[in-house]
Amino acid sequence: MDMRTPISKVRGLGSAKSGTGHVWMQRVTAVALVPLVIWFVASVVQMTTADYFTVRAWLASPVSAILMILFIVAGLYHLRLGLQVIVEDYIHTRGMKVALELLILYGCIIITVAAIFSILKIAL
Amino acid sequence: MAEFRLPANSTVKKGKYFKADGATNIRKYNIYRWNEDDGENPRLDTFEIDMDNCGPMVLHALIKIKDEIDPTLTFRRSCREGVCGSCAMNIDGTNTLACTKGMDEIKGDINIYPLPHLPVVKDLVPDLTNFYAQYTSIKPWLQTESVTPNGKERLQSEEDRAKLDGLYECVMCASCSTSCPSYWWNSDKYLGPAVLLQAYRWLIDSRDEHTGERLDDLEDPFRLYRCHTIMNCTNTCPKGLNPAKAIAEIKKMMMERQG
Repeated sequence: MDMRTPISKVRGLGSAKSGTGHVWMQRVTAVALVPLVIWFVASVVQMTTADYFTVRAWLASPVSAILMILFIVAGLYHLRLGLQVIVEDYIHTRGMKVALELLILYGCIIITVAAIFSILKIAL
Repeated sequence: MAEFRLPANSTVKKGKYFKADGATNIRKYNIYRWNEDDGENPRLDTFEIDMDNCGPMVLHALIKIKDEIDPTLTFRRSCREGVCGSCAMNIDGTNTLACTKGMDEIKGDINIYPLPHLPVVKDLVPDLTNFYAQYTSIKPWLQTESVTPNGKERLQSEEDRAKLDGLYECVMCASCSTSCPSYWWNSDKYLGPAVLLQAYRWLIDSRDEHTGERLDDLEDPFRLYRCHTIMNCTNTCPKGLNPAKAIAEIKKMMMERQG
């Protein structure tokens, strides 16, 4: 039986003294993604009928490659922050929570690095 | 994981039916009933209310039921004019005060449940222990460092006093907090809209000198940042207040002190 007082439970381990950075970075990446997503979608739409070599040449141009890397980094950073919030909201089993948080973090890092490597391999 | 379905012993069963004999102008009330003692599942009792002998508010009908039909019906009420916050419950799918909710605002049968996602004590009475403890945790009183002016009150300009409008009216009925999914899933750590509105009420009080410490206590991924601004709180507030805006203002203060 839990004999702790209600106020003791509410005060708990105290405030984490963080959280603002998370929200701020979510906003920062969201703002950056507005032009980047427009650019990305516009580019893909333009190339719907293009062949493999045209697309490769497009991605190899410095402007496309740089914008694409920025898009990947901002997008996956934003994705990681968003998924983290979902896990914090809904997952209350400690083990499951840690496992999912790690999966999300490692997953996003791996995808980011792999994407950047691929872009550079084509561009350089 | 979050629980999206009720546990088996919480499934609401069909309950008793109370007829209003001889009445011609009838409205039906479906009311959630549960008590710890009989070991039964919760049930939904239906009461026919003779509208020719009943006041216009939902609370009038509840009091009529308790007085004339079933004295075991249990609910909180006190001021019957929206200033005490006791009779908050889920009426017609929305958390509100029974005393200020007119029956004419509701079409068809009137469904009444206790405030969502709180432990039920009996019938329409939820356990608000955690909610009140959270309110205590934000220290809802004036905290100062400077010496109290000798024999005088602490002064506040008219403009600064005006900043408390839309906040001081909150009666802590818990309608907003219990309408918030974030509060449903994480009420052990998330403070919820009502308590955060109160926290903001003290954060912007020009006479308070502990603003920084108050922000320190709130700066937490759960205590404050579980709010994802879905506005259920503002939508449901029976006093027409805007807890979502108060929370947004707290977040702005957090940003502001980052430089």
